[in-house]
Amino acid sequence: MYLQIMEQIKQRIAVGDWPAGEEIPSIRQLAVALRVSVITVKRAYLELEREGVIVTQHGKGSRVADGASLSPRLWEEELAQHLGQAARLGALLGLTPDELETRLREAANRFMEDQS
Amino acid sequence: MKDLAVHFEGVGKKYRHFTLDDIHLELPTGSIMGFIGANGAGKSTTLRILMGLVHQDRGTVNVLGSDMPAQQAAAKRDIGFVSEDMRLYKSATLAWHMGFIRSIYPSWDEAYAASLAKRFDLKPQQKIKGLSHGQRVKAALLLVLARRPRLLVLDEPTTGLDPVARQEILGGLMEVIADERRTVLFSSQNTLDIEQISDLITFIDRGRIVDSDDKETFLERWRRVRLEVPPGVVLPALPGIVGTAGSGRLTVVTTSSYDPATAAAYQSAGATVRAVDTMTLEEIFVANVQSRREGQAA
Repeated sequence: MYLQIMEQIKQRIAVGDWPAGEEIPSIRQLAVALRVSVITVKRAYLELEREGVIVTQHGKGSRVADGASLSPRLWEEELAQHLGQAARLGALLGLTPDELETRLREAANRFMEDQS
Repeated sequence: MKDLAVHFEGVGKKYRHFTLDDIHLELPTGSIMGFIGANGAGKSTTLRILMGLVHQDRGTVNVLGSDMPAQQAAAKRDIGFVSEDMRLYKSATLAWHMGFIRSIYPSWDEAYAASLAKRFDLKPQQKIKGLSHGQRVKAALLLVLARRPRLLVLDEPTTGLDPVARQEILGGLMEVIADERRTVLFSSQNTLDIEQISDLITFIDRGRIVDSDDKETFLERWRRVRLEVPPGVVLPALPGIVGTAGSGRLTVVTTSSYDPATAAAYQSAGATVRAVDTMTLEEIFVANVQSRREGQAA
């Protein structure tokens, strides 16, 4: 469940809701707002701190880490994760890397068509 | 020393057909504990002992610094308890109940009560007998929340409620612990509710505490490992395995203490790890209880 919270926070940062350096809600405030347990939000904040996305100062709360290229990096990480998943599922289905590549190209083309 | 709102040590209570045995429970101030068990597992008995409504035969119970049942009068001022028999007067209105509670408890917060009534969609002028089950639960919760008790104890607050009412109740509970000096303990058969808002989770079955831990640790250490086991390969007996199922070459192992070494141990024994799946709290609860029951039967 903390992974979902991390995802949500990263999205808020990526779309600019929470700019770099901005103070973010305390663990308890966010838990109450999202109606999820304090321990889940605490875990999400710890992991985000470990990833360098946020900075927590003891007694002062947390803020978004300074770092200009933060959002592209977040999306990069997410893409890498999804590609890893795709590779795993491809292997389960017995697809060759070439077949996997074809599938990915098809998906990308479909996405472009939907966008236009 | 941890600051504990509730502390049970070696608590027991014997009935003719049911025994509550050696209950240990630690609930730190500022957290929410979800108490999960089947019907008749001992949830209500435990909560009633906590409230001093039932007296234990053995062991000590301390609630907000008061020993129960001896000092229950002092403790009860700071505890809000909602149980299934809500003791609302059917022919009186919600407003009458609010006035009644206000006259007893100086901590009553009228503005908070009004805002809760609005949020819970309750009309204070309505008589209790005209309310649905969900509205009665919300009314009972309003009456304790507006006292702002330091400890809130709820016996199955969300049983029989529709999804909207359940979320309203859960939201009400979360608001309580926005103040870190306040604590919530609630029992439920609904693992989803507990998974959503609890910091700590305690499983009870047949009068015994089966497991108790913080939620993230619970979800972290339970895994289902799907293995492909070639003929002739014998899986190593690892600690924490609570169940093994499957047929042919596919075996599913359920473990309560997963770490990456688990997968590595199976690989080096000659099996192939196909997947390591996380489990929901419901799956964890069922697997946990079943393995304990089998262990007791054997």
